[in-house]
Amino acid sequence: MSDHESTFRRAVSTLRRDPLAVIGVVVLVVLVVVGVLGPWLAPYGTNDVDVDNMLAHPSAAHPFGTDELGRDVFSRVIVAARVSLEVAVVSVGLALAVGVLIGLVAGYYRGWADNLLMRCMDVLFAFPVLLLAVAIVAVLGPGLLTAMVAIGVVYAPIFARVTRASVLSVREQVFVRAAVSIGTSDARIMRRHVLPNIAAPLIVQTSLSLAFAILSEAALSFLGLGVQPPAPSWGRMLYDGRGFVTDAWWLGVFPGAAIFVTVLAFNLVGDALRDVLDPRQLTLSEARRSTR
Amino acid sequence: MGRFVVRRLVQSAVVLLGVTLVVFLLLQLVPGDPVRIALGTRYDQGTYDALRARSGLDRPLVVQYLSYVGHAATGDLGVSFRTGQPVTTIVLERLPATLSLALTAIVLALLVAFPLGILSAVRSGSALDHAARVFSQLGVSVPDFWMGIMGILLFSGVLAWLPPSGYESLRESPAGWASHVILPAATVGLVSASILTRFIRSSVLEVLSEDFVRTADAKGLRPRVVVLRHVLRNALIPVVTVVAVQLASLLGGVIVVEVLFAWPGIGRLTYDSVQARDYPVLQGAVLLVAALFLFVNLLVDILYARLDPRISVR
Repeated sequence: MSDHESTFRRAVSTLRRDPLAVIGVVVLVVLVVVGVLGPWLAPYGTNDVDVDNMLAHPSAAHPFGTDELGRDVFSRVIVAARVSLEVAVVSVGLALAVGVLIGLVAGYYRGWADNLLMRCMDVLFAFPVLLLAVAIVAVLGPGLLTAMVAIGVVYAPIFARVTRASVLSVREQVFVRAAVSIGTSDARIMRRHVLPNIAAPLIVQTSLSLAFAILSEAALSFLGLGVQPPAPSWGRMLYDGRGFVTDAWWLGVFPGAAIFVTVLAFNLVGDALRDVLDPRQLTLSEARRSTR
Repeated sequence: MGRFVVRRLVQSAVVLLGVTLVVFLLLQLVPGDPVRIALGTRYDQGTYDALRARSGLDRPLVVQYLSYVGHAATGDLGVSFRTGQPVTTIVLERLPATLSLALTAIVLALLVAFPLGILSAVRSGSALDHAARVFSQLGVSVPDFWMGIMGILLFSGVLAWLPPSGYESLRESPAGWASHVILPAATVGLVSASILTRFIRSSVLEVLSEDFVRTADAKGLRPRVVVLRHVLRNALIPVVTVVAVQLASLLGGVIVVEVLFAWPGIGRLTYDSVQARDYPVLQGAVLLVAALFLFVNLLVDILYARLDPRISVR
């Protein structure tokens, strides 16, 4: 069994043994199904306005009530799941790709490349996450794509740091030195020997970052800088409903609960994976890189 | 220790220079002419030319950057596209509101996290420990602005105890300030409390397994004395870092909560400048926050090295 397979199997067996992680995985599977089938599962169109039913209480016809335009909140919450998951996956994928590439080059070659690349990461690390994301979206213009890019940029440094730290220890291993001695190219060594051996901390970081990315997207949308109306997003629904919340509690409760449950599920899975795959990864790095 | 401080100072200065470059480049990333965008459709050529020249946008990029850094070093961050006021004045006017919110939030967070984290570790495996772990897991997963909305719903809507939003100056009306600050401070403080609880618990647990704690136990010291005199002294050293990092992030990053509660701090200013496309103010707010963030991190590293001499040797 290769190291890559063993990491994957350890991850799966960990998740199966931890009841909280199982709950997390089940919730995530449900969310993915809802995200994919959302438009077909929703009982109403997300932008079907019903002026006779504005701010209607939750009922059998509208389980989560209706908003200030009479739109069905349940349908909008369901369809918005896709947006949140899409933004999280694409932005974390971007952060992973850029961060791993930078960390790999910095850790493998060290020297001036390491210095230059990691100082650039330090600069990005000097900004609070949401502030930098807001600034990037502000200059590029609000929207789904720019939100994805902004979140990807702000989370790339953490992947670069995690990758570099792991590469520094792996590159000193005998199998890497053996590969160098028989003339294997750097690119092949990195791809075939280094990357599979640093998978564990990256899997952990990815699962935790997905939770942070969902929160960041919701925050950007809450500020009107993420998904643009009339497309539904949980953050934007909270923003639009905040003026009515004391009269129509459901506008504040359900979209927020959807964000909360999704983030909690990612955190439960991420924590369980960390406990087994990378127990040394400090909570300090989380504290330094909160969603604010 | 001296060499460590100098090394960290130099590193921070280099990063700060990089921060100014990123902040400067933000304006260059704006598609089109930022002055034209800021002025909208109704403006006269004279106003446009004056603002463009005053912003230095008609000069080569390198000259613009050097001039930006030079001016920033003397506290001059340019002028607002909207009001023509100096950006430094605008940003500094908002600092007290953010400072008072951040400090209140961190005090609330510490009041919750210290007893909960310590008791949770000392009584590891108990019902209290489980409750503390559930609290910290829920706290890191809940969006702070949703907490805020729920707070408004309960304390302003249902109970009518607190105002839903707004601000009163601490100097002019301490009671008014207190009634307005509770909800936003509790909202952001709760997230910090959950992170701190988790960290304090793991830090205390780690020290509890050390040999010197076992020795203190073996000597027959009372458990309270062991915890207060031996465990806490050592366990709280790394906690200092996390407390300061939380404070730094509160100082700069509570944009959403400041918007939700109409709190006139740096976060709200950032949001308003984005809405008004007032890029110099946006740049100024981002630069100030990043510099504050960097400064607090530098202080923490130095303080940490002082508390734990092993750090500066590494």
